[in-house]
Amino acid sequence: MNAVIVIQDVTKTYSLSRDFSVKALRGVSFQIEEGEFVAIMGPSGSGKSTLMNILGCLDVASSGAYLLDGIDTRQMTDNQLARLRNHKIGFIFQNFNLLPRTIALENVELPLVYNGTRNTRKLAEDALRKVGLGERMMHKPNELSIGQQQRVAIARALVTNPSLILADEPTGNLDTRSSEEVMAIIQGLNAEGRTIVMVTHEPDIGQHAKRLLRVRDGLVTVDEEVKNRLDARALLATIPMEESF
Amino acid sequence: MRFWRSIRLAFHALVTNKSRAVLTMLGVIIGVAAVMMMLSVGTGAQLAVTDQIQSLGSNILLVIPGQMSSGGVSLAGTQSKLTVEDAQSLTQIRGIKAVIPSSGRISQVVAGDKNTSTNVIGTTPDYETTLNSPIQLGSFFTQTEVDHWERVAVLGSLVAEKLFDGTNPVGQTIEVITQDPRTQETTRGVLRVIGVAAPKGASGFLNWDDRILIPITTGQKLLFGNKNLGSISVESTDVDLMPDIAAEVDSLLRLRHNIVDGKEADFTIFSQQDILGTLSVVLGYFTILLAGIAGISLLVGGIGIMNIMLVSVTERTREIGLRKAIGALRRDIILQFLIEAIVLSTTGGLIGIVLGYIGSVAIANLAGWPPVISLSAVGLGFIFSVAVGVFFGFYPAQRAASLNPIQALRYE
Repeated sequence: MNAVIVIQDVTKTYSLSRDFSVKALRGVSFQIEEGEFVAIMGPSGSGKSTLMNILGCLDVASSGAYLLDGIDTRQMTDNQLARLRNHKIGFIFQNFNLLPRTIALENVELPLVYNGTRNTRKLAEDALRKVGLGERMMHKPNELSIGQQQRVAIARALVTNPSLILADEPTGNLDTRSSEEVMAIIQGLNAEGRTIVMVTHEPDIGQHAKRLLRVRDGLVTVDEEVKNRLDARALLATIPMEESF
Repeated sequence: MRFWRSIRLAFHALVTNKSRAVLTMLGVIIGVAAVMMMLSVGTGAQLAVTDQIQSLGSNILLVIPGQMSSGGVSLAGTQSKLTVEDAQSLTQIRGIKAVIPSSGRISQVVAGDKNTSTNVIGTTPDYETTLNSPIQLGSFFTQTEVDHWERVAVLGSLVAEKLFDGTNPVGQTIEVITQDPRTQETTRGVLRVIGVAAPKGASGFLNWDDRILIPITTGQKLLFGNKNLGSISVESTDVDLMPDIAAEVDSLLRLRHNIVDGKEADFTIFSQQDILGTLSVVLGYFTILLAGIAGISLLVGGIGIMNIMLVSVTERTREIGLRKAIGALRRDIILQFLIEAIVLSTTGGLIGIVLGYIGSVAIANLAGWPPVISLSAVGLGFIFSVAVGVFFGFYPAQRAASLNPIQALRYE
């Protein structure tokens, strides 16, 4: 097995003023292997967002080490971190963050544009087909349902073939059926061998993962295998399709 | 990020906010159009004036009373110091073909029930050929008529048109009413029209067709009541002799006026070259001044662009956050917003160039000089508009690139 994430004694301190600082992370260590599907859960203020930002290379730890795909992220400049994010991480956000007035295809092409890939169109088309939006590639976000919008965002996360897919509350804005559709896709990607880390505060969404990390007061308090794992595809069959008028 | 994609992206961003983009561009459009029009007006005026002065002939010196310093008029003596005798004395200089004294005054002229105000100039017959004023109707006055103070007049074509309205003025009479500028004394004189000068064109500031020519003796003795001259025109036989002749005229007049060398003379000698040189310097400054004032509106346009780009950066904070999260480098973000500002200002600049062109042609048509739209004015307009985009787009672009991706992504 190959470790995608190695985190060792990571702390993060935010100084709010000269003599007042907040310790968001107080020494976190864990390791995530290739092909894992990990849910990070915890109440707000627990430090899970901070952990997420560090895992996503959007922020750097105050101390400790973070190795992403074997690459040490300490001492990296902003531009180096940006390149690392582009090559190694696919982001899925709660509010999708699609570019408005821009068709799905171009939204998906965006990460490729920043690394100078050729044939961005073909790769973007493949990614969109993979999330079941082969027919809606030329639609703008406001012409898509919210579930479809999140699937465009997933396609965008996939298109660079990253080592890690990082999902931050991916179903936070979705209704039950769309949530299960999105989770089905994420589970499908994991089944193909992709490494997925997902932050959520919804216990039933967390139940879709294989491994659960609970964060509390800046520490990982629970690290366990998920029992009674939910299968989104099976759940979907039980949820009636929305009636069309 | 590839260059063309950035350009396309910038156009995309502008098209989605059409009215805002147009309003923002308006500043640059007006600025560039104004700069172009002002440059065109300046050069056009310069050309028109130069043309006019060159039509006077390059072998003519003009002597006027009073001293004109090089920086401008140092209040030439109101007391005229040139006389007909001075003019006559100049004829002895070698290489001089003709000496034409003249003295004139703006006077009221009446013919029947019509009247006009025009420059009544007393002069000699040489005026016709030397100052290139050929006769269209009738004849010019002769030396005999000058010697006998004949009450005759040659009308400029515009005056003839105003007073006689298309009918033949030759043989008709006009009344000249003139007032001494110092004593306020009014003098009247009835003159017979013996000729009409051919039109010389009425472009620019000077209208050669708006004047009446009379024998100098008639003017001095009957109308103006003094012997002083407004100017003496000296025609040389050869252009190459001009500097020598100017020097001789200077020393001869100094001798006659008892002014030693080195002291300031009470007269000034102009050659066409002097006038052209002075005028083109003055008009050059005038053009720069006009373009400078127009340039200020371009500056204001640039500030408008900066303002709207800052608004755009704020509005698109989440987009910037996303772009940074998925791997945009600082450079990519700066380039994106900078190109957007440049596209905005350059599009405005190009529209401004088109409007400026149309405006310049319209002004030239109104003023009656050829439209002068130099390639350099077009180039200047274009370069300025690009520069405005770069200069005023840089700060907002810099701000966009400095956003923290975590905060930008959470921005509502």
